Amino acid sequence: MSNNFFEVLRPGINTTFQDKGRFGMQHLGVAPSGCMDHKSFLIANALVSNDEKEGVLEFAYQGPLLKLAKGKTKFAITGNVLFQIINSKNETISGECNRSYDLDEGDQIDILATRQSVYGYLSVEGGFEVEPFCNSISILARANIGPNEGKKINIKNKIPLKTNRKEKNNYAVNFSLEKKNVIRILKGPQFDYFSESSKKEFFFKEYKITNLTDRMGMRLEGKVLKNIVSTNIRSEGITKGAIQVPEDGQPIVLLTDHPTIGGYPKIANVISADYDLLVQKIPGTNISFKCIDLQEAEQLYKEWCSNISKIIKDIKKIK
Amino acid sequence: MFKKLSNIGDCGIVCDFGNEVNQKINTEVIKLFYYVRQQTFNQNLEGILNCTPSYNKLIINFDLKKINATKILNFLKSIDFTKLKLSQNKKKWTIPICYDFAMDLENMSKVLKIDKDEIINIHSKTVFFIYMIGFVPGHPFMGDLDSKLFLNRLKTPRVKIPAGSVGIVEKFCNIYPYESPGGWNIIGKTPTKLFNKKDSNKPCLLSPGDTVRFKSISKKEFEDLGNEQ
Repeated sequence: MSNNFFEVLRPGINTTFQDKGRFGMQHLGVAPSGCMDHKSFLIANALVSNDEKEGVLEFAYQGPLLKLAKGKTKFAITGNVLFQIINSKNETISGECNRSYDLDEGDQIDILATRQSVYGYLSVEGGFEVEPFCNSISILARANIGPNEGKKINIKNKIPLKTNRKEKNNYAVNFSLEKKNVIRILKGPQFDYFSESSKKEFFFKEYKITNLTDRMGMRLEGKVLKNIVSTNIRSEGITKGAIQVPEDGQPIVLLTDHPTIGGYPKIANVISADYDLLVQKIPGTNISFKCIDLQEAEQLYKEWCSNISKIIKDIKKIK
Repeated sequence: MFKKLSNIGDCGIVCDFGNEVNQKINTEVIKLFYYVRQQTFNQNLEGILNCTPSYNKLIINFDLKKINATKILNFLKSIDFTKLKLSQNKKKWTIPICYDFAMDLENMSKVLKIDKDEIINIHSKTVFFIYMIGFVPGHPFMGDLDSKLFLNRLKTPRVKIPAGSVGIVEKFCNIYPYESPGGWNIIGKTPTKLFNKKDSNKPCLLSPGDTVRFKSISKKEFEDLGNEQ
């Protein structure tokens, strides 16, 4: 416990505490939440020598402007983010992602924007001193669950830090967000609710990510998918990455803050290995879907995990 | 016993109990739900992240790092359904309701051609079974109402329904834990808090499979109970 804290001079548009997520509560109506892009989250923690359970600040598009009002810390920013450090002498240092920096009392981090991506992550050495709810500090803003009364970070909030800076060195790693626009999926439980031509077109046509996209879901726009059985099903539990198709035939991908239950037929489900890639796509991007089988998806997930382990192993001291 | 098992994505399993919605089938779903949770708790089953019962399905979500679909399917197929029990988990709740806060009683009485007092009488005598909880934290979907009280959703959903409002649609009854939009016919309001964000150990009052009876209270009692919390 330290008395160190950041003062929020500008909150950014969607800044929240997030970690791995809150599990075992979906039967009570509580969605898992947690970081949207898990890979960037894990690397953010590793760069400041944190355990992977530690929480970070997630921001979208425009991030916060934070002043370290008290103490000394070390931080890292991951994703593809434009940011700068303004020190107490008013000198501006342009920031690089995927490396750690020392921050002294009075210094500011100005997170200007995410570039060709949606989410970025800020980790601090030792983590943030905020109260977990049911073993997680993830904020589910839709239901006001988590620290900060379950609300997004706001101006003048104080963000307390657990520890003072201990680690002497800084670290960096080479890593960039994937660029491809093909998202691999598995067929959903109601795949056969759709007409033969829709089933084919779902894989051949492109879908545009619309502005109606947030932590809860991503609305797509493209060829109308024709349901030939029923446009409603009995409400059932929702799985992250499920692609549901309501009556208008335009698919919605359910994301990390999804409702816990829902009653639209699901044509497909995004594979775990491609989830991070998908959530980082900005509105206006055209994506297409490729169908694979379960064994392949499981193998790709293993590769995804070993790829992260490799990146974390490659983290090197900055000389 | 489930009729069909399938995967949803690479980290989810759907246990499908058929298309009907009734307490008998839902009880089977909930029995399986408690069994999977207990096996997870006893560490006989690793990597389960969430288990979500609904009317006729149980969705199991897992950590693909620790377990996979095949292992969970094998586990599910090995279960002897005749040995699953619900009794030890099932709780009986009495929840206070003030019918003076009804927003639709007048209209319900007109549509159903039943006296307002009789509607209240039937509602407060019903023992409701909790089919599932969800959509938002602590929100119960309960049944079954007497068919005399079957109503459709409101044609135009309300933009704002106060927290604690009790609504009915068809054979179902719900309680809105938060102020929210909604299309159910509001029959009354409860001062009971269904979800407590300050209590990490037991944030949610009700559980799937519990039963609820409503107890009519006056406006004065409503205020007194509301102040206690």
